[in-house]
Amino acid sequence: MAEHDKPPVDEISGVETTGHEWDGITELDNPLPRWWLWCFYASIVWAIGYMIFMPALPAPPGFDGHTRGLRNHSERANVAVALADLEARRGPMFAQLQQTVDEGGVVAVLNDGDLLNFTLAAGRSAFGDNCATCHGVGGGGFTGYPNLRDDDWIWGGSFDDIRHTIVAGIRWEEHPETRFSEMPAFGRDQLLSREEINAVTDYVMTLSSLTVSENADLALGAEIYQRECASCHMDDGRGDQSIGAPNLTNNIWLYGGSREQIRHAIHRGPYGVMPAWEQRLPEPVITALAAYVYLLGGGETLQQREAGLAPQMAAETASAG
Amino acid sequence: MAKKTNSIWAWHKRVMEQNSLVLTVGIIGVVSIGGIVEIAPLFYLDETIEEVEGVRPYTPLELMGRDIYIREGCYACHSQMIRPLRDEVERYGHFSLAAESMYDRPFQWGSKRTGPDLARVGGKYSDEWHRDHMRDPRSVVPGSIMPAYAFMETTALELDVIAGRMRALQRLGVPYTDEMIDLAVDDVRTQLDPFAADYDAFLERYPGAVVRNFDGNEAMISELDAMIAYLQVLGTLVDFSTYEADADANLR
Repeated sequence: MAEHDKPPVDEISGVETTGHEWDGITELDNPLPRWWLWCFYASIVWAIGYMIFMPALPAPPGFDGHTRGLRNHSERANVAVALADLEARRGPMFAQLQQTVDEGGVVAVLNDGDLLNFTLAAGRSAFGDNCATCHGVGGGGFTGYPNLRDDDWIWGGSFDDIRHTIVAGIRWEEHPETRFSEMPAFGRDQLLSREEINAVTDYVMTLSSLTVSENADLALGAEIYQRECASCHMDDGRGDQSIGAPNLTNNIWLYGGSREQIRHAIHRGPYGVMPAWEQRLPEPVITALAAYVYLLGGGETLQQREAGLAPQMAAETASAG
Repeated sequence: MAKKTNSIWAWHKRVMEQNSLVLTVGIIGVVSIGGIVEIAPLFYLDETIEEVEGVRPYTPLELMGRDIYIREGCYACHSQMIRPLRDEVERYGHFSLAAESMYDRPFQWGSKRTGPDLARVGGKYSDEWHRDHMRDPRSVVPGSIMPAYAFMETTALELDVIAGRMRALQRLGVPYTDEMIDLAVDDVRTQLDPFAADYDAFLERYPGAVVRNFDGNEAMISELDAMIAYLQVLGTLVDFSTYEADADANLR
């Protein structure tokens, strides 16, 4: 074939063939389409231009770094600018929120429509990213994860209480100011017998006016309650927010309100943990979150206001101011 | 057409196109240019991995958790790579650094997020939440489509393979010492017990490791212990107070 200077031409189409032949079948050697060829050349030119303007080439052996290109483009620098831009846009509103809360208490946010909208939007966004996984999308909670929409607060429902819980967490040992208490595992650690746990379970159910079996030994239950439980949950069962001992009289149950669930809680001694968010979230975001959570279920003072307990709220507002 | 015979194209036709072995070598040569220019330098450039403080090899327990993560194919739905984009940094925290996965072989950056990114999930939720979530994801996230992994809680962790796996990583350049490998199984027990005798020495070997019983069951070392230990360390090692994000060498 090498001696053929001129490639053979297909007689029918008049196009040169590659010279390959299989049983009389030859292969046309059509040129590449022009448009395709020009696109190919253009992409080479584009690539050269891109390498000049954008970071493209790592350093050869013996050197460090990479070419930065005429644009000195950096994704990491860009995100820093984008975050600074975001901060510039919402920073003043965060500052206003902080100032309003410092001066007039969280209820003062209700008097400023724009600020309220901002607080709810910022709070909802941060809540969705960080809190909803445990407390539910709307803050409704799950068994073992408190409902934030009701008016039962385990560690206190004032704005400052909620804020501190978010900052330091609950039983989060890495934070020095975390909220901490521990209920004994009365059954698992064999502090009470089966009979005693059954009795005190029935007694605790009566605190919330739940129906118990006629055979329940409420006298024994009451005796055990006073001996083992009253120091934290108080004589009347109303609990103590300063040590996170839940109110047992309102029929709101963190670990479920069936007899089995209450008995199981007494048996194992729940040890609910909430992470501390101080290191994870910026301070203004925590303030917005605390305000959002407070406004979700109407914290404690709002609830009291709605119940007609205006003096208490006025006193709190005054003391906050 | 005598001109054409002497051109490079005639040579190409005669040598390259009519000799399949030469053509194969030629193709491999051309295709590898991109890799040689763009990928190979990453192995000798200092700036490939940022200089950070705090990143250490996984503890034996975390390492086993990571292997379970890979075994169960978690990477198919979860990424571990926060990109330098505003919305991702807003949601997940500081963008991921190469240094954070320098002891990961292979890395778990992933390419698809059916579930959320896990690069900074460490310390975000309580151990109990992870237990509930592995047992039945719907119990805490009603809209979740993640399968349940309840069996991990009742499956004993395979302890006798750990030393071998650490040895393999050591050969690949992960700075495990022979002492660490010898103590691998002991260190698993130590990490699960805050009152273990070897507590201080363990934390010297693995600074910042979280020591506690992760699955809440002290009677058994389960796969869930390893899994939660691994999840709770993700993204927590870099000391960002000493990391200069805007230093020239860290911009890319």
